[in-house]
Amino acid sequence: MGKMIYLDNAATTRTATEVVDAMLPYFTENYGNPSSIYEIAGKSKEAITKGREQIAEVLNAKPEEIYFTAGGSEADNWALKATFEAYAKKGNHIITTKIEHHAILHTCDYLESKGAKITYLNVDENGVVKLDELEAAITPETILISIMFANNEIGTIQPIKEIGMIAKEHDILFHTDAVQAFGQVPIDVDECNIDMLSSSGHKINGPKGIGFLYIRKGVKIRSFIHGGAQERKRRAGTENVPGIVGYGVAAKRAADTMKERTAKEIELRDYMIGRVLKEIPYCRLNGDPVKRLPNNINISFRFVEGESLLIMLDMEGIAASSGSACTSGSLDPSHVLLAIGLPHEIAHGSLRMTISEETTREDLDFTLEVIKKTIDRLRSMSPLYEDFIKKQKK
Amino acid sequence: MYTEKVMDHFQNPRNVGEIEGASGVGTVGNAKCGDIMRIYLDIDDNQIIQDCKFKTFGCGAAVATSSMATELVKGKSIYEALEVTNKAVMEALDGLPPVKVHCSLLAEEAIHAALWDYAEKHDIKIEGLSKPKSDIHEGEETEEEEY
Repeated sequence: MGKMIYLDNAATTRTATEVVDAMLPYFTENYGNPSSIYEIAGKSKEAITKGREQIAEVLNAKPEEIYFTAGGSEADNWALKATFEAYAKKGNHIITTKIEHHAILHTCDYLESKGAKITYLNVDENGVVKLDELEAAITPETILISIMFANNEIGTIQPIKEIGMIAKEHDILFHTDAVQAFGQVPIDVDECNIDMLSSSGHKINGPKGIGFLYIRKGVKIRSFIHGGAQERKRRAGTENVPGIVGYGVAAKRAADTMKERTAKEIELRDYMIGRVLKEIPYCRLNGDPVKRLPNNINISFRFVEGESLLIMLDMEGIAASSGSACTSGSLDPSHVLLAIGLPHEIAHGSLRMTISEETTREDLDFTLEVIKKTIDRLRSMSPLYEDFIKKQKK
Repeated sequence: MYTEKVMDHFQNPRNVGEIEGASGVGTVGNAKCGDIMRIYLDIDDNQIIQDCKFKTFGCGAAVATSSMATELVKGKSIYEALEVTNKAVMEALDGLPPVKVHCSLLAEEAIHAALWDYAEKHDIKIEGLSKPKSDIHEGEETEEEEY
């Protein structure tokens, strides 16, 4: 196979060379346990401190408010479960949305079985949370609002500042899953009144297996993993030193290049969206056209099924993803696409392409030609298309 | 995740299309689950399937099982076609991933649905064939959106 065109950067990203270079010495040379007292242990400790500072700076947070975890899912689990425990005296009500990542939704299911009351807010047709519904859902028992910064499937960016204000007015903790947003859009935890924030290293050209939970000073949640004094006694376990080093470098890199990189991505994103919508009939853009992650393209093609489309793209060397049920191993298509009001049949025919700084216009031109050819072919085989055309002729 | 045979039948599906004035047409599956199969049969006076075509909306396995099912029933009598089970389709494809087994069941059902349609149209009874379920019209109202 020739060159691969990688359009699945929301799934994971290529680890940047400078990230790998920065990490390597912490495997074979500076491998000391940061909790020990000898010299190489000191180097590990310094490296962690630096990584923490680099990340805190991106968020306008304090370094001691960054708690490293094994990834975004752990951070989400921690924020929800520990808040539910720590604030049990105040209440048991959590407000979230229908379009969260499963790390939030499945944790909410679990908490419901432990007695939590969960409100799942609706979103509009572009995937934006309805603020009046949020206000109306708040009760004296509400202990937490958890709303994602930006959606992983359709790229919609939520009105985080407004949500933070509502949470603050009602004196309710506000957690945001920023796994897709961190390093892609500017985030200021003070400006947005964010109390907790989850993020993951491998989404921003950092390593896999490392993430963090930002916990604002004063938030009373306790340890999720017991067994040591690491992370200010809130997350036991010997630190993933190379991971933290890599994450720090990746975060700094993402912040430093954000303006230029995302401007280029937005241009390419809108170029591709424009061409697809113009040149392929019976398709629609999913997610907000403007309040959208710079790298996210999500389009539903009527009368075709997503997995078929993905296999055909893969045969041409194009890596993308779909909200089709077949790609998730369940019978239902993406809960996000259903929440924005798509009928099942159209949700099954969705294609998500998430670009990166490496994506070129030529990549997208080639991809578009493959999509066109594939859609034509799949529609010619589709009984739904046959029925549709016959109906049109009547 | 798919065998070579599945990939071959997905990439080069046999017997795609429609048959004008088919002896029997069967459509099974539903858009909700993301799989719809339609099979057309051309059956002669001796009850031999002379031609068979299909159209499928679905994943790679759905396309491949439809394609293989049409190959397996072509040239057979209607009673022989009735014996083409989902297992036979799966074996002919060298297997399917567990989550895709329902696709082969759909292929079997599609053949049965087409045979049922043939039997109804010709007012005959095919021993061992029961009325197939079809629920593809579910949610049809919501399909008429503007694009």
